Amino acid sequence: MAGAESVITFRETQMRFGRVRALEQFDLDVRRGEFVALVGPSGCGKSTVLRLASGLIDATGGTMDRATDNVGYVFQDATLMPWRTVRENVELLGELEGMDKAERKRKTDEVLSLVRLTEFEDHYPRTLSGGMKMRASLARSLLLDPELFLFDEPFGALDQISRARLNEELMALFGVKRFSSVFVTHSVDEATFLATRVFVMCARPGRIVEEFRVPFDYPRDPAIRYSTEFSKLAGAIAEALREAS
Amino acid sequence: MTLHAGVPETQEIFEEEFTDTGTWREGAMTTMKNSVPPLLVFLVFLGFWYLMTYLVLDPGRRWLLPPPHEVVTEGFLVWDTFLEIMEGLWLSTKVALMGLAIAWVIGSTMALMMSQAKWIERSLYPWAVASQTVPILALVPIIGFWFGFGVTSRVIVCVIISLFPIVINTLTGLLSADRGLHALLSLHGASRWTRATKLQIPAALPHIFTGLRTAAGLSVIGAIVGDFFFGRGKPGLGLLLDKYASRLQSEELLATVFVACMLGIVVFWGFGAMGRRIVGAWDPYWAGEQDA
Ligand SMILES: Nc1ncnc2c1ncn2[C@@H]1O[C@H](COP(=O)(O)OP(=O)(O)O)[C@@H](O)[C@H]1O
Ligand SMILES: [Mg+2]
Repeated sequence: MAGAESVITFRETQMRFGRVRALEQFDLDVRRGEFVALVGPSGCGKSTVLRLASGLIDATGGTMDRATDNVGYVFQDATLMPWRTVRENVELLGELEGMDKAERKRKTDEVLSLVRLTEFEDHYPRTLSGGMKMRASLARSLLLDPELFLFDEPFGALDQISRARLNEELMALFGVKRFSSVFVTHSVDEATFLATRVFVMCARPGRIVEEFRVPFDYPRDPAIRYSTEFSKLAGAIAEALREAS
Repeated sequence: MTLHAGVPETQEIFEEEFTDTGTWREGAMTTMKNSVPPLLVFLVFLGFWYLMTYLVLDPGRRWLLPPPHEVVTEGFLVWDTFLEIMEGLWLSTKVALMGLAIAWVIGSTMALMMSQAKWIERSLYPWAVASQTVPILALVPIIGFWFGFGVTSRVIVCVIISLFPIVINTLTGLLSADRGLHALLSLHGASRWTRATKLQIPAALPHIFTGLRTAAGLSVIGAIVGDFFFGRGKPGLGLLLDKYASRLQSEELLATVFVACMLGIVVFWGFGAMGRRIVGAWDPYWAGEQDA
């Protein structure tokens, strides 16, 4: 993938909140179709990176350039509107972006089946399990076919089984849609399974301390997680993370 | 296109649905479970009342607390009295609902403004709280002085007394919307209007009904208290209470008290039913709530 154009570029980016140095000398390139994972201790500025990337906040120094405006953002909580059914939740961004009705319906049908929620389209979020809520949240972002996906610990609140399954589903989605993504997680295993490159960050001030390339081809078989090669890599990342914490 | 042929996570859903719907038999059981205990309390109350009337009070003072059945025969079965109480009820209901409607318009507008700008919230919030702490009885003479002693003044008392819960609950609701959803709307360039209509107002609905229900109860109190003071024109329930008390017509007095209680209960229950109907499908509080 070397030489491909960048979707998003941070150059010596700095973000301060008053006296808090959330990010300092932050450099990152995400190339088109690349899946980048960020791991790091809590408070090291991972969410800040995503908020900068999305344009929700502006850097206090350095630069952030983004080659697309079509960005999907998935939060730790599903952040669904409880008063809307699954289908209505998924349609939200289409409404905001003025997508016409027929197109909205067609796309909603498509993404609902993609995340296997078609039969639950008329349910309110409160009747869904955590995993299903998260899939609805994914579907909501998928509606606009984002070129760049930002994930902020999206599966952090789920149990191990749902989490592993959603990782596999995300892997499959990535195989189909080939979006670029920045995926923030606490889980080294998750990062290694999903990403092309894993960056380890440290805090005070937040910055990248180490980069790992993940050599496995896509789509990845869930079973690679039990391979020696995977374990060795995950072990090395975990070690770097321990040093950074 | 299906990406993953795993077993869907349906189990939890089905369990939930069973508890939600249930059979008619379960429904009847629930109704029984909810209505029998309060009914028993009511019977105990009636028994206590008879006890007081016939065993505690000596016959010469029995007029202070006539037995329940005499309250019914004198208060509700004598046509003229019944008509008088019903007209009083109608007037007080009108006053209370008018006051509530006006308070709702003013209160919602205030809350909406407060939710849009911090400085408006900071300017108005203390006054909303103050409106609660002002003893309404202290204001009543001034209200009469300015607005006369007719219906207008009674409505104004209702507005003042029911404004606070509407403002506070609506504001809390408008500010309760999830931060992530706010961020999502920002990312997609939502206008202030879109943010209010698609996010803040729907998020506020459960709180709005809570506020309305509380305010409705207070407005009924306001209507009766106001009536008590502004005795011009047709009498509402408050004036009737005053009249019957001063003439020592204790059966009529107690019948009127009963009607006033019923008005409060019906209004409270009515807004509760409205809340359940409109937001009960998705809001856990309004969905989980049983009667009352
Ligand atoms: N809006 C803000 N105001 C002040 N400090 C903030 C704000 N947002 C984040 N921070 C601080 O910046 C640092 C990084 O935060 P964050 O990006 O949320 O970390 P992470 O997501 O890695 O846990 C933390 O020390 C946090 O307290
Ligand atoms: Mg974070």
